[in-house]
Amino acid sequence: MATHAETLVAARPRVVRSRGLRDRPVLLVGLGVVALVVALILGVGVGSVAIEPADTLKILANRFLGLDIPRTWTDATETIVVDLRLPRVLTAMLVGCALAVAGATFQGLLRNPLADPYVLGTASGAALGAAIAVLIPVRFVILEFGLIQGFAFIGALGAITAVYKLSRIGGLSPLTSLLLTGYAVGSLLAAGLAMAMYVSGAALRQIFNYLLGSFDAATWPRFLATLPIILIASIAIMLRARSLNGLLLGEHAAAHLGIDVRRERRILLALASLVTAAAVAISGLIGFVGLVVPHVVRLLVGPSARLVLPLSAIGGAALLAYADIIARVAGGIPVGVVTAIIGAPFFLLILRRARTGYEV
Amino acid sequence: MSGPIVELDRVTVAYRERRVLVEVSLAIDAGERVALIGPNGAGKSTLLSVATGLLRPIEGQAYLTGEPVDALDRLAVARRMAVVPGTASLPFATRVEEVVALGRLPHEDPFRGARPADKAAIAAAIERVGVGHLVGRDARELSLGERQLVLIAMAVAQATPVLILDEPTVHLDLRHQVGAMELLVDLNERDGITVISVLHDLALAAHFFQRLVLLDQGRVVADGCAADVLTPERIRDVFGVDPSFVHLPLAVG
Repeated sequence: MATHAETLVAARPRVVRSRGLRDRPVLLVGLGVVALVVALILGVGVGSVAIEPADTLKILANRFLGLDIPRTWTDATETIVVDLRLPRVLTAMLVGCALAVAGATFQGLLRNPLADPYVLGTASGAALGAAIAVLIPVRFVILEFGLIQGFAFIGALGAITAVYKLSRIGGLSPLTSLLLTGYAVGSLLAAGLAMAMYVSGAALRQIFNYLLGSFDAATWPRFLATLPIILIASIAIMLRARSLNGLLLGEHAAAHLGIDVRRERRILLALASLVTAAAVAISGLIGFVGLVVPHVVRLLVGPSARLVLPLSAIGGAALLAYADIIARVAGGIPVGVVTAIIGAPFFLLILRRARTGYEV
Repeated sequence: MSGPIVELDRVTVAYRERRVLVEVSLAIDAGERVALIGPNGAGKSTLLSVATGLLRPIEGQAYLTGEPVDALDRLAVARRMAVVPGTASLPFATRVEEVVALGRLPHEDPFRGARPADKAAIAAAIERVGVGHLVGRDARELSLGERQLVLIAMAVAQATPVLILDEPTVHLDLRHQVGAMELLVDLNERDGITVISVLHDLALAAHFFQRLVLLDQGRVVADGCAADVLTPERIRDVFGVDPSFVHLPLAVG
């Protein structure tokens, strides 16, 4: 077939020209890791007491690598680095990773570029849970987890369970049904939240703080309790990248490509919801990360979930770590405000470039 | 292997009260090239859904390589049978070669992804279907005809003994229709792939397929070569048109 050979030859220069970051994901991973290390050092250094990057490195090497380094810092500095700033920076990274992975999963699963981790009611469920916890006069704490975190976690998982169960009733296609049910349940929960805020009186500010999202309350026990949930569920999602790839062409096509669509949808929904709920419980509601990061990654490396998921994890972690640094430098404004202020224009810019030519 | 590669045994399918397939039996041997024809609503696509295991009949049973298709898991089906989707939409920008690569999902390592053998199969499928000039482009920006060819390339990359198509020529212009048909004939004759396709165009079906299965109101009303199936009476009775409107290349018979 001479014509086929000719077209292939004609196509070759194009393929060569388009070899960029897309074919070198390892380079992107490397860049991401460098960005994370820089964020760690900056994030520990920035604050009311500024700490030299050299001191930060020495303290970390001394404490965590067991290196015997001559002390050039005070005990107070060490306390600030190890007990206050480090858990905060790591929590920001963990939550960013969680939201970006969950966002990429929900977008692939629902085949909807507008989906984010909160699309199926987790946000309103968590918010209502937290609001109720604030209103309950009882206070108790296990492992530094109070009622707010516990109720937010339960609220998020409860909401998405309700959405999933309710969506299976009726004759709509599963995806449409999930999205519409998510919207309906979300609205109902939002009404409950509004009611809770209305009756909350003096506690309103506490609820409001939670809704805006922040890492002020980050501690080692909270970080360490959430870490395994997010890490294990994220890895489990990444091991199912094939299912998300199969769903690119729709549910029928996925079935013909060997994917058990119903089972995979159930498992991936559960994992992504778990990741979201854990993130929301320790940090409140932080928007934009879960929506934007996977899109930016897709523009760089294409739609394959095998690349999108791990790179989103790194990108989300870096984005939230830097957003938190900016939030602190700007005088402690909510980190969710920062992600929106940086994220929205950046996202628009990328979309404009993406339309003029596919190759970024 | 003995026995039919794809078989339906007295299959009945009903949506609520309406029966869309009524006791359909059909046996297709390995290496055959079969066109399913019939008017809209005759049950052609439903028949494909049953044969591919997506739809479970209320009575009867579909078999793939001798095994009940609903006893096989999806991966096992996907390694024996590739289906070219009739319509497909992509939620994200996806390059042509990335779409073709999806055909390797049933074969690739679940953890490590595509290996060199998969990449070779993808390149070979792109060349075979002649979509090399589209490589690097976003599949969402292609014409419907080009998209159809890319989806066929995906199914070719899947490298299965059975290839199923639902209306593969619907968006193609005349030249591409003939090109697609010639490709199917080539895949069938040179590689021995069993090709089963729903077709609306009776002339294409008659010219390129050895065996035509005519469905009407959920039943198989004729099964055989074009000359036997497409008689003037059937065209009048089943399709409801004057046979003189339909010009068939029947000089063969």
